[in-house]
Amino acid sequence: MTAAVGRRGPALALAAAVRAGEVSAADVVEEHLAAIAGCDGELHAFLVVLADEARAAAAAVDRQVAAGEDPGPLAGVPIALKDNLCTRGIPTTCSSRILEGWKPPYDATVVERVRAAGAVAIGKTNLDEFAMGSSTENSAFGPTRNPHDPSRVPGGSSGGSAAAVASGMAPLALGSDTGGSIRQPAALCGVVGMKPTYGAVSRYGLVAFASSLDQIGPFARTVADAALLFDVIGGHDDRDSTSLDRPAPRCSSRLDDGVGGVRIGVLRELVEGEGMDPEVRGRIREAAEALAGAGASVEEVSVPELRYALPAYYLLAPAEASSNLARYDGVRYGLRVDGPDVGAMNAATRAAGFGPEVKRRIMLGTYALSAGYYDAYYGQAQKIRTLIIGALDSAYGRVDILLGATTPTTAFALGDKVDDPLAMYLNDVCTIPSNLAGHPAVSVPFGTDGLGLPVGAQLMAPALEEGLLFQVAAVLEGAAPALGLPRVAAATLGSGGRAGGEDS
Amino acid sequence: MAGEGSRAGLTREDAAYVARLARIELTEEELGTYARQLAVVLDHAAEIAALDTSGLVPTAHPLPLENVLRPDVVRPSVDREEVLAMAPAVEDQRFRVPRILGEPS
Repeated sequence: MTAAVGRRGPALALAAAVRAGEVSAADVVEEHLAAIAGCDGELHAFLVVLADEARAAAAAVDRQVAAGEDPGPLAGVPIALKDNLCTRGIPTTCSSRILEGWKPPYDATVVERVRAAGAVAIGKTNLDEFAMGSSTENSAFGPTRNPHDPSRVPGGSSGGSAAAVASGMAPLALGSDTGGSIRQPAALCGVVGMKPTYGAVSRYGLVAFASSLDQIGPFARTVADAALLFDVIGGHDDRDSTSLDRPAPRCSSRLDDGVGGVRIGVLRELVEGEGMDPEVRGRIREAAEALAGAGASVEEVSVPELRYALPAYYLLAPAEASSNLARYDGVRYGLRVDGPDVGAMNAATRAAGFGPEVKRRIMLGTYALSAGYYDAYYGQAQKIRTLIIGALDSAYGRVDILLGATTPTTAFALGDKVDDPLAMYLNDVCTIPSNLAGHPAVSVPFGTDGLGLPVGAQLMAPALEEGLLFQVAAVLEGAAPALGLPRVAAATLGSGGRAGGEDS
Repeated sequence: MAGEGSRAGLTREDAAYVARLARIELTEEELGTYARQLAVVLDHAAEIAALDTSGLVPTAHPLPLENVLRPDVVRPSVDREEVLAMAPAVEDQRFRVPRILGEPS
């Protein structure tokens, strides 16, 4: 077992080297643009590569270093941005025809923050249209492929961000997680992905899907890098009224604290539950043993109410989506298909602009909110949400952290589930509870199945316990079996080069 | 109003009604597909629809949200030209749309 002490991630190492003047941000960007040129033809993680902008930003970082200024904790580190994060003057499509060509008039707060920390935005990544999906196959611009096996999906909806980080095209990425859209693709691609507490990260400039569930969070190849990125993007923003009035988090300082005395609950429903792959189950049992071996007290916990989380989510999220997506009406931005009057124009625009899954969710949400069904479906789901929050709160009375699988299975083949919405939705069964409760959770790679496909172990914590979450995640990472190189990966990933992993 | 092949009783006519509410023009084929698929998902939700939740209050939001106030300070807004440049049709600094009301009778 590798000691967590002194562990550093590729982004940390790059930023340190750039700040020390040992390597130029310009060279770092070129290295990653070359990786994109080499890998992305096969993976299609990026919708747009911002080569010129990235070169200009890197040059600015290098000028700061030359002038003796500190460019920030992410100095010169390339970062990939999910294409539902607004970037001023740069197309932001949400992988939808309805926003094709739209250039936002402002930047998302997280985009401002990573730039202010010295990071270099290198491209916008592919997603399921409007973040609705679990495979990135619902993109209007074609699917992304899993770097570990390109015949398989990378997960979703932030599949492009996960694949970009896993393959070494970027050390860091941002995604959004409404029902698992960061953690599920992180698990399937073998990287770290974290969903913060609701309100811990500003949603200003994140194109809304389900506003009471959406959170932005980090992707990285190490826990330390994910913690660093979370520290940079977190903290209050007065442009998001749901942003918690708290200072920026400082999770990076917690990574070497170990798990001595930490109470871990192995969440029965996320290990033994229906549809759980036996190999995934085995890895999670091993993860629990590793944490026990590192000094945590580990016990079994059952929260039977979690069985209601998935059906509740698939009423709540579509209901909120049907309301949020009413704004795509062909009036102020995006696609317009003309009609004889406004109503006909709206309906024709939305018919042409939205893909099948988005239409399906809008239909489902509209139905759940319609007269006669509101109480039976939407109102009932809101009460189930209360039930699940209460049940998780009780569990956290006994343990500090819950451990389970991130996904019931490893990566599945492209096309496997596109015609069966319910089968696709079942991929989110392990991740949804944290969204309903607004709690933080992280997926950490922990070994593989027999085919060599990554398995993700999920750690869940009560609201605002990100510090403890990363602390335990660092121990889990240190105990995890080494993950083989992805089949499609940048040359630097395998060479132990600068972008290639840990140095200690 | 149980329709053919739809377990939760969602007919093609129901789907057409919902599509009108949602302002999406759907083909006959799409109406059939969505009626069928929505029924499957709603069938899955039937388990919670039947649950006794009489003691529970609904949660609309994970945070105990109250009105959030900040000082009313004038500051720059997004650039009007930049916003209008992204509109499908503009006239006199406004969004231009097709006819809203019917012909006068």
